[in-house]
Amino acid sequence: MNQKRTEFAVGLFILVGILAILYLAIQIGSSRILGSDSKVVEARFSNIGGLNEGSNIMIAGVKVGVVGNIRLDMENLVAMVELKLNNDLVIYDDAIASIKTNGLIGDKYVALDPGGGGFELEEGEPIVDTESAVDIESLISRFAFGSLEEGE
Amino acid sequence: MKSAYLRIRGLSKRFGDLVVLDAIDLDIPLDSHTTVIGKSGIGKSVLLKCLSGLLTADAGEVSLDGAQGKFPQCSYMFQQNALFDSQTVWENVALPLREKERISKKDLAQRVTALVEQLELENAVDKYPAEISGGMKKRVALARALITNPEIILFDEPTTGLDPERKFAVFDMIRSYRERFGFTVIMVSHDVPEVFGITDQVAWLDAGKIKYWGSPEDLKQSPPSELEGFLNPKLSSQSSAA
Amino acid sequence: MIGRIGSKGISFVSELGELTLFSASSLSSLLKGRHMMEKLVRAIYEIGVRCIPITLIVGLFTGLVLGLQLYYVLTKFSSESLLGQAVALSIIMEIGPVFTAIMIVGQAGSALSAEIGIQRNAEQIDALKTMQIDPLGFLVSPRLYAALICFPILTAFFDIVGILGGHLTGVSMLGVDEGAYWNRIYESVSLRNVRDGFIKSLAFGLITTAICAFQGYFTHTKASVPGARGVSQTTTRAVVLSSIAILSTDYLLTSFLLEK
Repeated sequence: MNQKRTEFAVGLFILVGILAILYLAIQIGSSRILGSDSKVVEARFSNIGGLNEGSNIMIAGVKVGVVGNIRLDMENLVAMVELKLNNDLVIYDDAIASIKTNGLIGDKYVALDPGGGGFELEEGEPIVDTESAVDIESLISRFAFGSLEEGE
Repeated sequence: MKSAYLRIRGLSKRFGDLVVLDAIDLDIPLDSHTTVIGKSGIGKSVLLKCLSGLLTADAGEVSLDGAQGKFPQCSYMFQQNALFDSQTVWENVALPLREKERISKKDLAQRVTALVEQLELENAVDKYPAEISGGMKKRVALARALITNPEIILFDEPTTGLDPERKFAVFDMIRSYRERFGFTVIMVSHDVPEVFGITDQVAWLDAGKIKYWGSPEDLKQSPPSELEGFLNPKLSSQSSAA
Repeated sequence: MIGRIGSKGISFVSELGELTLFSASSLSSLLKGRHMMEKLVRAIYEIGVRCIPITLIVGLFTGLVLGLQLYYVLTKFSSESLLGQAVALSIIMEIGPVFTAIMIVGQAGSALSAEIGIQRNAEQIDALKTMQIDPLGFLVSPRLYAALICFPILTAFFDIVGILGGHLTGVSMLGVDEGAYWNRIYESVSLRNVRDGFIKSLAFGLITTAICAFQGYFTHTKASVPGARGVSQTTTRAVVLSSIAILSTDYLLTSFLLEK
């Protein structure tokens, strides 16, 4: 009788435990695994300051993908960022990718404007129309020296 | 019967610089009761532990009748019984079989029940060791030692700390069960006059050597001079006081 | 002085070696023994089920305190919306595995160290040997495997309750936006973070249980006094060494796991 109760308690413990681990892994850990069915586009930035592999890509605030591999183009000394996008998204050659900040000190993310005119971007072709990360320090210093209107 | 014996040759054991067993040679006949006597701390238990394999001897060998390899099944009776206090008497007795032999639940129950009845422990099977008397604990330990049908049982000072009446009860128990089950007893004890009543042979261990070997009758009639102090408690207490 | 440090160092290294051999032979003796499932269930009950209350209580309060503390830090930068991320990441990657392991050591590790120590002193371990039963397989192996099962599960419980605790202070009491709290968690915590947390808890489970069993198993040679005081000495040492091992292993693992 006692042995049976122990066995039941242990069985329940392991069952609930596996559920808890799965919850952490699936719900919290990786709700956004974009596997092989994502399309990859490259974007060229002159400064990615703070963007990481795994950062979000958003269109109109809706998440549409994550940042993949980031490398330096040695020839032109620019950053080449892989954008892993949902497969059903259509990107045109006049698309604009800008690096924005979530709040004042929040995470960096890529805001994407897929464009509309022209022709569709082929896989592997880079997005050239980009806005780099805003350098807060230089913004502040320009503000401090009263020459903000020259900036934007 | 007397042809089979346990042959011990050159058994040595030392702890650091302390030589406890110094190349001991001994032939212990099977189907009899042998008692190793000696002062406390002289290494009697070490000898027993070397025989059981609990300690590894530095040198020497123990074999059965000269034939190496097939060593008889040994069980060990500990001074403090060494029962598992979180298991019932039944579980304690069943433990060696359950853990070592592929045996069906039914056969296991049968063997344990039979043995428990023979040792008059039927009423205690569901109790824990802490709930039964000292004498019963000894019997439970004996039952656990007997369940595997051993040929030899090693007793490590089974009467330590018991009053004289209980001492005789334990010796009596060992003798009667030995007669009934027919196992060989190798016992370590320092209850010197009392133990002579049940033992067939006496081995006297002193300073790492077996100094005397023979029957208790011979020993009582003509004790070697060096043994006298040990056999006569009065004398020995005087000499230790001096 | 230098000689003493040297001999201490040598004895530390040799003890580490003994411990490793001890755990390796315990791990390998699982299949040799009989009725192992039964012993494993018993051990999971002791290490896992019995530790649920303490894990949940400590997890909840850790989450509550973290929610409170981090809220006041983040509010200085008006970034309260990051609360969920801050609470979840610190719990999943660090606090969850470490605190859970320390709690289990306090509850179950000390108990098993003392139990094995007493069994050693009562000659029960020698008795097993004379019965040709492998004491490591009988006493230690089921507990090591049970720890490998229980530590991650209890860590998962701790993580979830802790995140809920942070939610309780942050969202229910201090008014952080509920959607922001959960969304920041979903977006910032990666599978890799979760996996790293569980790798840590597996390592802690193996190391602490091995230390506790080891100290108890060799109480007769490790303690400076025999008997009951010796067991108390080795039990204390088991808990202290386990705690040190948890935190130092945590540092090592963190530096390895954060490396990309």
